[in-house]
Amino acid sequence: MAQHQVSYTSSAGLPIALTSVDKLINWGRSNSLWPLTYGLACCAIEMMASGASRYDFDRMGTIFRASPRQSDVMILAGTLSKKHAEYARRLYDQMTEPKWVISMGSCANTGGMFNTYATVQGVDRIVPVDIYLPGCAPRPETLQYAMMMLQKKIRRESANMNNNTKQRII
Amino acid sequence: MRKYTPKDNVQAKSYYTDRFWVAPRVPKTEVEKNSHFDKVVKAVDAKVKLQGAAVELGQLRIVIEAKDNIKVLTILRDSCGYKMCSELSAVDYLAKDGEFEIFYQMLNLDEAKRTRVVCRIKPGEAIESIVPLYKMANFAEREMFDMFGIPVNNHPHLKRLIMPDDWEGHPLLKTYPLQGDEFASWYEVDKIFGKAHRDIVGPENRNPALIDRYDSQRFSRVGYEVPFGAELNAENEKANPIEYSETLLVNYNAGTKDLKKRT
Repeated sequence: MAQHQVSYTSSAGLPIALTSVDKLINWGRSNSLWPLTYGLACCAIEMMASGASRYDFDRMGTIFRASPRQSDVMILAGTLSKKHAEYARRLYDQMTEPKWVISMGSCANTGGMFNTYATVQGVDRIVPVDIYLPGCAPRPETLQYAMMMLQKKIRRESANMNNNTKQRII
Repeated sequence: MRKYTPKDNVQAKSYYTDRFWVAPRVPKTEVEKNSHFDKVVKAVDAKVKLQGAAVELGQLRIVIEAKDNIKVLTILRDSCGYKMCSELSAVDYLAKDGEFEIFYQMLNLDEAKRTRVVCRIKPGEAIESIVPLYKMANFAEREMFDMFGIPVNNHPHLKRLIMPDDWEGHPLLKTYPLQGDEFASWYEVDKIFGKAHRDIVGPENRNPALIDRYDSQRFSRVGYEVPFGAELNAENEKANPIEYSETLLVNYNAGTKDLKKRT
């Protein structure tokens, strides 16, 4: 956002700030990122801690929502099993555009130590991921940093999501 | 159709065998006369033919025929005080003996005694459900069916418990590969997007040590930064040094000169 000084003597006494639509929209989007309350495994404990009072996601405008239809970000926190992959994708599909995905922890990134038949080897196989967050499990500060990186990414991109280059699964 | 790959020899053929390694055995002792376990053995032996009975680690282990499982468990429950069946499942001995071993771990809460009832069945044979005797067997038998593919007769609701309903294969069989077969590796892609999407998503990466220096999406390229997702090969790779603080980087070669001096 443009830094502005209010001059009541010019412009008919109205405070005026000039910016572009992209910046205005992205300012709004990036400062009210509502993640879906969606925990899969132990990373969800760290995610809950990030939302609770000590680390306090609320001060960043990040408020967990219990419905995919009201949320902007999906934090895939934990091991995604193949049985559950279908439902994770369904929740992602139910979210309204624009939407972003944070893959939290080793298991969500690559399958982690679960190199087995029953674990999805990286959630980017089923949903397009914006931020990969390493760690097992990442501390709440790390998740906050990931959220700040996502905010940066949103501010950098075009407000028209169709113009953005993004890894598209579908 | 999936391509068939023979998996018969997986258990027998181990890639490393120590000639002098002896598999540890749990010591078996005879059932003491007039003990609690002696009474159990006598009560069971009076009704059905026992194939063996021994005490292992303070627990009785009796071997029966698979068709007698309901009879034996009824005797244990009604006459011997085994009010609880704490666990039941199967063990895959297909490569060794061509059979499954099914075990029922019984618990006598009053006398704090445990008895394991063991029987063997051939693959494809069904075992009678013990749900009428013990309600816990409902889920345990479903799990056994799921993991080993052992059908259970007269089960109230026999379907997969852990794996998805449309899963192929039984994961706890020794012949089932740990990282999954062809069906398992494409399961989530097939289910969500359909088989036509396999080319777009690509095969699973099962190599945790994989490093691809030309992958500009998943690997950081310090000093060789390019736009995200840019096409790269050996020709168009250009050094793109960035300025960074010396204090933040560790000079791993700092000690090499000193080492050379010493030698």
